[in-house]
Amino acid sequence: MSCPPPAPAALRLEQIAWGDGILQPVSLSLAPGRVLGVLGANGAGKSTLLRLIYRFHTPQSGRALLDGQDVHAMPARAVAQRVAAVLQEQPTDFALTVAEIVALGRAPHRRALSGPSARDAHVVEHALARLSLLDFAQRPFGTLSGGERQRVMVARALAQEPGLIVLDEPTNHLDIRHQLEVLRLVRGLGATVVASLHDLNLVQGFADDLLVLQGGRALAFGPVAQVLTPDLIARAFGVRAHPRGPAQFDFSLFDDMQQERQA
Amino acid sequence: MRTTPSPEAAAPVLATQARLPALARPVRQGLWGLGLVALALSISAAVSIGAVSIPLGTVWGVIANRVAPSLVTPDWSAGRAAIVWDIRLPRALLAALVGAGLALVGAVLQAVTRNPLADPHLLGISSGAAFGAILALLHTGMFLGLATVPLLAFLGALGSTALVLSVASFAQATSADRLVLTGVAVSFIVMALANVLIFLGDPRAAHTVVFWMLGGFGLAQWAHLIWPALILGMAALWFRAVAGSLNAMTIGDETASTLGIPVARFRITCFVVAALVTGVMVAFSGVIGFVGLMIPHIVRLVVGGDNARVLPAAMLVGAIFLVWADIVARTLMRPEDMPIGIVTGLIGGVFFIWLLRRRARG
Repeated sequence: MSCPPPAPAALRLEQIAWGDGILQPVSLSLAPGRVLGVLGANGAGKSTLLRLIYRFHTPQSGRALLDGQDVHAMPARAVAQRVAAVLQEQPTDFALTVAEIVALGRAPHRRALSGPSARDAHVVEHALARLSLLDFAQRPFGTLSGGERQRVMVARALAQEPGLIVLDEPTNHLDIRHQLEVLRLVRGLGATVVASLHDLNLVQGFADDLLVLQGGRALAFGPVAQVLTPDLIARAFGVRAHPRGPAQFDFSLFDDMQQERQA
Repeated sequence: MRTTPSPEAAAPVLATQARLPALARPVRQGLWGLGLVALALSISAAVSIGAVSIPLGTVWGVIANRVAPSLVTPDWSAGRAAIVWDIRLPRALLAALVGAGLALVGAVLQAVTRNPLADPHLLGISSGAAFGAILALLHTGMFLGLATVPLLAFLGALGSTALVLSVASFAQATSADRLVLTGVAVSFIVMALANVLIFLGDPRAAHTVVFWMLGGFGLAQWAHLIWPALILGMAALWFRAVAGSLNAMTIGDETASTLGIPVARFRITCFVVAALVTGVMVAFSGVIGFVGLMIPHIVRLVVGGDNARVLPAAMLVGAIFLVWADIVARTLMRPEDMPIGIVTGLIGGVFFIWLLRRRARG
């Protein structure tokens, strides 16, 4: 069965705002396939912005356009067919297996009262395979480690065949290896990505563009190299940033290094 | 620099294609058949066992004779036929309907509240239903005929559900245990008020209080079965149709909403239908605790967490469980009927402690 990757979506925010200044008007434009990192201290408005994009909050003013269509004027189901989200919510342990959780991603594509189709099963298996979860398919979700759980949630989003994936702090509670793994997987999915992060060091090599929020306001938006400056970090996080201190490391996954050595 | 999915990544998919759906489908269907046979046998046993013991052959003969009179020639007394058809069979069927209904409601409430301790009894829904039923029976009169009691029980169940949810939200009681504590508190208050209604309106108050608080199937009649059967059938079909959404709700509200589910409206609808089922069940059997809590957990241990399987399996197991609980209640202190709530309370209370221990460890 052929399973072409869905076309990545274009995202455009026009003066979108929420909650009496909790998020002040933000505008940006993201070309299909770009990866946007949303950076900011706790309470900067990162989650609020993401909620507006995945249609959980209704904007107080402004619009979020997905391929030119206003997300909040579209039916929930139509949005769910194009936008998937990996959030910090974790399933309550009701003995669902990994495969069953990933299969939830097919819900928006299914007609009422019809069961899973052959194509649904195929997409679910494909998502499991992409995240190396086939061996876990029948395991109860509750028995997995933090890194494995996050991979399941990404696979679930992937099963939705989205053009845009929104991730809320996808690296939270993961150790450094799993953080890098999850980010690399997300980057390789082929969809447009919006991900909030609070670890500055993870942004480089993951995001193409960067939006920096502080106190509900957008401080900067643009390509990572232009935006991520010591001055901006000082304004966004209230810390002094030393471009390369003596006690810092650059982290990467082993196979990258092996590839480099072979090259 | 965009990495496109490599063909290598897709290759293992084909190799394992058959693995997921093929898993143990015949085994599962076999279990279903076994379960249905067990339910039929349990109901037969419930009709057979009692102060007067009636052989299974006679039980089936009487039923066959009633359904298709030309099929069997009676070789039993009219008295025995009456015991089977008029007394014990409707009672066993009511027990099965109520067991199926409470277990279904329990499984649904656990999913939409993401709370493994949710149960129509612990959340105060059953007490509200009892209040409504008592109001109809002792105070308002049957202004709508036979439908009066179930209707007022439904409204009572709905009222106490709304009360629990609003108290829980103003007390910021979002955690699993606090929602249950709120439910228990509301349940106590509503049950106390229901008992006030009984003492105001019933000369045999003490006896009536026992029926409503501990339940029983002694009042079962054929004419009464229609409401529980109808409501349960419709609710079960609807819940089964939205089983996928119920699964999604166990992940979280926001994730469920990104799957296209109108979360708030869906949860309210589930609560209303749950109140409807609970109301109708309580109207004819009183308050029977712990079935809705216990059965879904046991079922999940066997069939896993997918509500497409949990809901029908919980109904089946709940039905079998209450049929046998009623047999115990009828025979333990023969010829006296013991309220069935004593049996389910004993088993369910122990189960509740086990569940708390498991949660504390987990």
